[in-house]
Amino acid sequence: MFHDNKAVRLRKEVLARVARAFFTAQPDDTLNRIPLTMRPKGAKDSSRCCIYKDRVVLKYRSMAALGFSVESETDELKPVSAYFAEALQRKTPTLPVLTVIDEACSACVTTCYTATNACKGCLARSCESVCPKDAIEFRNGKAWLNPDQCVNCGLCMKACPYHAIIRIPIPCEEACPVGAITKDPETGRETIDHTKCTYCGKCLTECPFAAISDLSQMVDVLQRLQEGNAVAMIAPSIIGQLPGTLPQLISALETLGFSSVIEVAEGAEETTLHESAEWAEKISEGERFITTSCCPAYIETVEKHLPEMRPFVSDTPTPMAYTASKVRKIAPEAVTVFIGPCIAKRVEAAKNPDVDYVLTFEELGAMLVGADIDVFECREAMDRPTPSREGRGFAASSGVTHAVKAVAPGNAALEPLLVNGLDTKTIRQMSLWATKSCPGNFVEVMSCEGGCISGPGSMGNPRLVKKQLDELLKNSPPLRSKPISTYRLTNIDLNGTVSRITGEFFNESTGTQNSRSTDA
Amino acid sequence: MKKVTVSICTGTTCYLMGGAHLLTINERLDPSTLDSVEFKGAHCLGLCSNESNGKPPFVKVNEHLVSDATLNKVLDAIRKELKEIQHVS
Ligand code: FES
Repeated sequence: MFHDNKAVRLRKEVLARVARAFFTAQPDDTLNRIPLTMRPKGAKDSSRCCIYKDRVVLKYRSMAALGFSVESETDELKPVSAYFAEALQRKTPTLPVLTVIDEACSACVTTCYTATNACKGCLARSCESVCPKDAIEFRNGKAWLNPDQCVNCGLCMKACPYHAIIRIPIPCEEACPVGAITKDPETGRETIDHTKCTYCGKCLTECPFAAISDLSQMVDVLQRLQEGNAVAMIAPSIIGQLPGTLPQLISALETLGFSSVIEVAEGAEETTLHESAEWAEKISEGERFITTSCCPAYIETVEKHLPEMRPFVSDTPTPMAYTASKVRKIAPEAVTVFIGPCIAKRVEAAKNPDVDYVLTFEELGAMLVGADIDVFECREAMDRPTPSREGRGFAASSGVTHAVKAVAPGNAALEPLLVNGLDTKTIRQMSLWATKSCPGNFVEVMSCEGGCISGPGSMGNPRLVKKQLDELLKNSPPLRSKPISTYRLTNIDLNGTVSRITGEFFNESTGTQNSRSTDA
Repeated sequence: MKKVTVSICTGTTCYLMGGAHLLTINERLDPSTLDSVEFKGAHCLGLCSNESNGKPPFVKVNEHLVSDATLNKVLDAIRKELKEIQHVS
């Protein structure tokens, strides 16, 4: 799901301003002034009742941009600069990774159903007769739904011949695939139940008031960059997320202060090799199917809502895990920073000691803006390793399937299924696959529709990005053609299996497999 | 024939603030006018460093500057310029 609208722009503007403040001589003053600068006296475009409320909300946005959850506020007078000082002292990023800016939330109605002006106050009044709760009254000849009695059953809406009763959705609740965000009955504001939340980020992109924010790790990274040994691990979906070419972006990252940059697409190659072997092994042992494991929002979904799927999730580490483990091995002291489109990766990173920080593309964009780096002006980084088509292809939906298909043993009968976007329906469907029968034997799951390229922290236009990605894939070498020796470097010891697999795979002949891709 | 020149800023600031999505504009333009419009990607136009220029993303349609640009704003500006060309010729 993707949007470019005023709410999204506002969120990004705050990020950029916070990043810029970091680079100024007087960050404290600049930070404290953000609400005033963005809503100066006499500003006409107040989005709420008045500029004062706008300013309060902007202060909370700045807090989130500094990595503090709004819920953690104890003293309303504490200035943004004090949070900044605390952020600079912070050793590890904060959890949970999402926060509701409650001052910004409140605009959504509690009752979902309402009668509009189109009501003719007709003779039949079928709405009234169908309502099981006597919630419909007639005022001035028109229907009125009493919110204290209405139970949101929707029968009146169906009964009205004039379509005069409408349902007003609550966008964040509607977007949440697992019912983790609900109204606090006391305040009417949304709260996130972290025992249910999968951090997919759908509420964040859908809220028209931008009332949900992720907790940024931007300042933490900017601070650690000064140590001079930070490694940027860029997700395959980085293509087209920022202006310029990939080699230009890599040198932009170096200018920003990263000592080296590694494409997670390399880790994705490891994932591919291991996952195809795991699939072959498990199927030969009689397992019905396996699912991919690289999408962290899906993993959270399984943990919290789909325990029946647990035995089918592959044990293969994610591309981020492989990449980070490689970096740790080569440079144990390095600060490892994953840069991707994903909020749930922060949760995965918190469980993986090899990954220190996770940034979104939006945050990276804001940091580059803060540091005054124009990617287009950067030189092209030279002599870079070229990850394979398969590794880079992980960025878009069906990419993992293509990759695994490309290396799975020739006689394999891979029957892929694609879950392109997790919602209540697909989750229900998957539960049936786990408990009853599954029409395929390899299930690729992407929480975001379209795959990582349309993740909640992405910045590019998914359609244009897809074009650029396809172009890049065309010009990347196939995994099979890569000399085995390049793999020795990246081999990570998973009970020694990866190296064994690698050797075997490159001796296999390529066979065509029957494939089937179903949109779930 | 005179053409309308559209420079969509793809400096980092403008790209971040929504410029990335403006690059789809050619899909929104009436195909019959596509020949009279020339699209240019542009490095930072140098406007983002001064708040008095307005908000990014910036787009230049001939000499006309569109700030806080959206697809619709830019389309309007292009249509206006197109009309002027037709008047002259
Ligand atoms: S980035 Fe567009 S004017 Fe500077």
